[in-house]
Formats: sequence, structure tokens, C-alpha cells
Amino acid sequence: MLKKIIYILIILILGSAVAFFVFKSEPKLNPNFEAENSFFKNSQFRLGLDLSGGSHLIYKADVSGVPGGEVSASMDALRDVIERRVNLFGVSEPIVQVQNSGFVSGEDEKLIVDLPGVRDVEKATAMIGQTPLLEFKIEAPEGTPQEVTIDKDGKVVLDVESQFVSTELTGRYLKKAILEFDQTTREPKVSLQFDDTGTKLFAQITKDNIGKMVAIYLDGAPISTPVVREEIPNGQAVISGSFTPSEGKLLVGRLNSGALPVPITLLSRQTIGATLGSNAVTAGVKAAIIGFLIIALFLILWYRLPGLIAVIALCIYIAIILALFKLLPVTLTAAGIAGFIISIGIAVDANILIFERLKEELHSGHTISDAVSAGFHRAWSSIRDSNISTIISAVILFWFGTSLIKGFALTLGMGVLVSMFSAIVISKVFLLGATFIGENKVARFLFSSGLSK
Amino acid sequence: MFIIKNKKIFLSISAVLVLCSVALLFIFPLKIGIDFKGGALTEVVYTSSRPAQADLDNVFKTLDLGSVLIQPTGELGYIVKSLDLNEAQHSLLLKTLSENGKSPLEEKDFNSIGPSVGRELTRKAIIAIILVSLAIILFIAFAFRKISRPVSSWKYGLMAVVSLLHDVIIPIGLFTLLSHFYGAEVDTLFVVAALTILGLSVSDTIVIFDRIRENLRNANKEIFSETVGKSLNQSYMRSVFTSLTVIIVLLSLFFFGPESTKYFALMLTAGMFFGTYSSIFLASPLLVLIEELQNKSK
Repeated sequence: MLKKIIYILIILILGSAVAFFVFKSEPKLNPNFEAENSFFKNSQFRLGLDLSGGSHLIYKADVSGVPGGEVSASMDALRDVIERRVNLFGVSEPIVQVQNSGFVSGEDEKLIVDLPGVRDVEKATAMIGQTPLLEFKIEAPEGTPQEVTIDKDGKVVLDVESQFVSTELTGRYLKKAILEFDQTTREPKVSLQFDDTGTKLFAQITKDNIGKMVAIYLDGAPISTPVVREEIPNGQAVISGSFTPSEGKLLVGRLNSGALPVPITLLSRQTIGATLGSNAVTAGVKAAIIGFLIIALFLILWYRLPGLIAVIALCIYIAIILALFKLLPVTLTAAGIAGFIISIGIAVDANILIFERLKEELHSGHTISDAVSAGFHRAWSSIRDSNISTIISAVILFWFGTSLIKGFALTLGMGVLVSMFSAIVISKVFLLGATFIGENKVARFLFSSGLSK
Repeated sequence: MFIIKNKKIFLSISAVLVLCSVALLFIFPLKIGIDFKGGALTEVVYTSSRPAQADLDNVFKTLDLGSVLIQPTGELGYIVKSLDLNEAQHSLLLKTLSENGKSPLEEKDFNSIGPSVGRELTRKAIIAIILVSLAIILFIAFAFRKISRPVSSWKYGLMAVVSLLHDVIIPIGLFTLLSHFYGAEVDTLFVVAALTILGLSVSDTIVIFDRIRENLRNANKEIFSETVGKSLNQSYMRSVFTSLTVIIVLLSLFFFGPESTKYFALMLTAGMFFGTYSSIFLASPLLVLIEELQNKSK
């Protein structure tokens, strides 16, 4: 008996601690929020663009070097790179969309980047601006006009730009980059490994240009211009230039986090206001509270003592989920909040399955404590199987979804997982503890449900 | 058991509802929203003062521009998300935003989102629906693998998917009415709702199938239809209650929740309602029907 009470106390204390954390880290609930330490301050809910506002960036992609039929593939590759880039910087639920050129949208291929919660546009553009642009260019055919400028010292400067023409090979086909050191000179060099398509392209380029220069352009400037000696069929290229080991390391990091297939320039940047969003948040919180109250009322009236226990378990469940939203953190959108609210309804499902089973066991003449154990044991298979099907949907939704769908799938899936834990562990400990009230008539009344006496 | 005895009536009700929903889809084609067919984004900044958002919302509701979403930006501006606009509509939009010239404004940005994103979303949605259905058949076949007599376990999966399609098609049919009479549009949330119904409605069916599984294990010599009837009797209340709690929160979401998830909540409510109906009146009776057909063909 003592053991049961200790378990109950442990869960109550842990539950309160989690609830306390949620309370402390929420500026709207905690009047002394400003005075809290940074752990609480940094654990606020993260709201999506539709709720909090955020940055909305539009980039123009220069696809002049890409053959007509491959523009849309290049743009898809560009979108993937930028999406990975912003994810890497901890921006959750970014929305990166390609806007193809057309009659209404203008002649440019554009990339739209939504960064929820990022109000510092400068920072946002800087993190995207660091994405390297890697291009491979070959010597222009002879007879191409060369541009020559005379600089202020009177020297004649040959414009390198006009000497080379673009090829299809870009950072899009880069598989990985590694920092190496030349065995004789000890100079740092960056070796590149292309993917299958890139390997074929590189083999073709080197085959066609034996004896000529192939220029490797980084961010629009030639970084290395080796002369091709023979065809290179294995898809490996080396950038050896005048950089320090730390510069080389930085470059490798940038290249591995994704190199741009086409150059981009920022066209427009916006920050989105949050009045509509704050209305949605208020409405979402209201819906959650009302839904919770009705369910709590139903559980207590219908299931009596076990119902009360389910309500306590549900409170702890909500505290855990909200704490997870803060700590992971999960970016909340209107759909994400909907997923959370639905999960409140699902969270009590397991309890209901157990209580109905408990009632059945009581009717078949078991003592209360036997009925509680049997109720949990025999309801488990239906709880497990019915929740797995919801989890399957949530996982597939998450896998395939756009950012809006992902937010919903994540909150719903997390809700189902945590609610299984809360029903199996929290409700069970409380319910087993509650059996100490004995086997009298009052106890049987408290453990019965529905309209029965 | 009443439901099993009268299974043909209940199966017919479901069939009629599904047929009606499919018919509605043809009569009132669904309005497709910005997410799927692209749309326009306009940013304006007012030179002196910004008209109230509610006023503009009301005016836009009277215009034939589809759904227009206005979000404030900065001190004096609005971002307007709307359907793809042609030149005439675009100037109508600007005229309305400026309240026929009363509130002078400057157009800072106008973009139209191409339909390629929408095409991709459509493809993904179709793949997701197929994957979810397949995964659920496989999962149920696996979960019920120990019972292969008198009805093999993959047929349980198949029945679950039949009732699952039923649960998705009827809310979509209802949505066509919302779409036709209240201008609800098919957007990303619509797809999310459909896919969530797939997951939630089957979890309800499993509660009853689980009971059939348990009773089949204990009573080998009973007639299959009696076992199913008994299982239904024992478990339909909890199937109703587990759905009821979800329906409670969904209705709360519909009545008090954010504007953007209202239709979503309504569609899910319908999905849960018919999901519960199908778990009790469709999936299990179908199992019995299959068993009877098997016996006849022997």
C-alpha cells in the first residue's frame, strides 16, 4: 500500500513540476515573467507565420544559364537547398515555394521563403545569403569578344567573366565535399564528389575540354581554374586555391549544407503582422479550454471516481504536451493547435476503454482491485491497436506533408503517443492507489459508471 | 443481435449515403482554393491611415474575388492573399482596398503564386491517401493475424478500409454542400481532414474488431454471426464514447476556435460521426456478410 502511495506522490510531484514549468515560461500567465531566468524566458511557445507573423522573402533566380526544359527541375533543387539551409539554422516550419514565371507573375523564376517568427529580416537574409553558389564553367569558344577594362592605375585588365561560359554542372549535383591536405605541399584543398548525374556531366565536360581550362566558380567568382589533362570519369574534382585550413573548413561546411544550383538575388522582403494571428491564438486557447471542461464534466459524471482520476491524468497529459511543445520546440500553427485540441479528445479514449472494461469485470463479480488490474490488462490490446492506426496516419502525413500538414501531424502524433503513456502509467497508478477505499457499497458505487447505482 | 439481423438495411443506408455523396460531388463541383491552384499576394501601404480590417473584409465578401485573406503588415499596410487575379480583378482589388480612393495607398508588392506548388500538393495528397489505406490494411491484417478462421485476417483489413472510404466520402459529400452554399474551398486543411479521418475512424473500428478477436479466441464453436453480434453488444458503447469525446473537442473547435480551422473541424466532426456509425453498422455486418457468402460458395 505504501508503495502505491509513493508512486502517486511521485507522479503528482513530477506532474506539478511540468505544469509549473509551463506556467513559469509563459509571459501571459506569469506576472513576474521578466524577472525569470533565461531558461524559462527561452521556453516560450513558438508560433507559426499564420499566428505570429514572420518574414516573407522573395528571391529571383537567374536561370539564364539553364536549358529551357530543365528550369523547373533546377528550381525544385534550389528550393530543396534553401529549405535545408533554413532548417539548419533552426527555423522551424519554413515555407519555401517556387513561383514559376508566367504571364501574371512576371518573367522571373522566383523563390518565396516564409520564416515564421523571424522578425529580424536582416538575419534571415544573411543566413540564406551564406548558401554557396557553385558553378563549373568552360572556356568560351575562340572568337568570343573579350571584354577589357583599364583600371585606375592604367593597367589593362582582361575580364575573366567573358572568358568562360556556363555549363550544366552546378552545386546541385554535388554529393559531398571533404577538406584534404596536399601530400607534398601540405596545402589545404577541397575535394568534391558529384552524384551520378554530376559524375556523367563532369566526365563529358572533361572529355570535351582536354588541354583547356575548366573554371570552378564560387559565389560568382572563379576560385580555381585547373587545366584538364584527361577525362575524369569518377566524379571527383578538387578545388585547390589560396585558402587557409580554417577557410577551407568553412567552405566545406557551406558546400555540404547545400550548394545553390542557380544564382539568386533578393527581390522583396516583408514582415507579416500578427493581429489576425493573435485572434486565432485566443480562439484556439478558448476552444481547448471549453473542450477540456466539457470532457472533464462528462468523465466525472459518467465514470465517477475513475473519471476524476482520468481528469487528473488528462491535466498531467496537457502539461506534458505543452512542455514538449516548448522544449522541442514545436512550431504551432492554427492547424497545429487544432491537432493538439483533437488530441485532448483522443487522450481520454484509452481511459474510456479501460473504464468500460473495468465496469464489465465488476459486473462479472470481481473485486474492485482485481477488476482494475483486469481492466488495464484486457483493454491494452484495443488501446494499442487503435492508437497505432492513428499514429500510422500521422507519420505518413508528416512524411508527405507541406509545412502546414507537418505541424498538424506532429502535434496529433505526439498527442497520441503521450496520451498512451498517460493512460497506461498515470491513470493506472492512481486507479490502483484508489482501490484502498475497500470493497463496500460506496466503493462499488464510486467505481461503477453510467446510470447504474 | 439487432444490427446483425438487419444488416442488409444498415448496409443499404451506408450505400445510399455514399452514392448521394458521390452524386453531390458531380452536381456541385468542389471549389478549389489557393493552395492547389495558385493565388495572388498583394502588399499595400496607406499614405495616411489604414481602413479597419473588418470593414475591408465585409466589402470583399460582397465582391466576386473568391476568398480574400487580409493580414496587417507594418504600421500602415496590408498583405492581401487572393486567387489568381487578372488585370481587371487586380485593379478592382486595389480600388476596394483604397475604399474607392478615399484612403490613398501605394502598392508595394504584387505577386501571383504559380500552380506548380498546387500540383505537387495534389500529387502528394493522392500518394498519402493510397499509402495510409495500404498501411492500414497491412497493419490490421498483421494485428489480427492469429485469427484466420472463419474470415481471414486481411479481410478484416479490407473491411476496415471499406468503412474508411465510407467515412471519408460522406464528409466530402457534405463539404460539397458547404462549398456550394458557403463558399468553403478545398485547401491544405481539407486534405489534412480527409487523411485524419482515415486514421481516426479506423481506430474506432479496431475497438470492435479487437473484441471480435478476443471472443473468437474464447468461443470456437459459436456461429460467427453470433460472436460478432455479441462483440458488438459488448463494445459499441465504448466505441460511441471514444468518438464522443473527440466530437466534443471538435465541436468546441468549430464554435470557439480560430476562423481558419472552422470547416476543418466541421468536416472532421462529420468524419468521426460516420466513422462511429460505420464501425458499428457497416464494418462488422460486412464481416458477417462475407462469411455467409464464403459458406454459400463452398
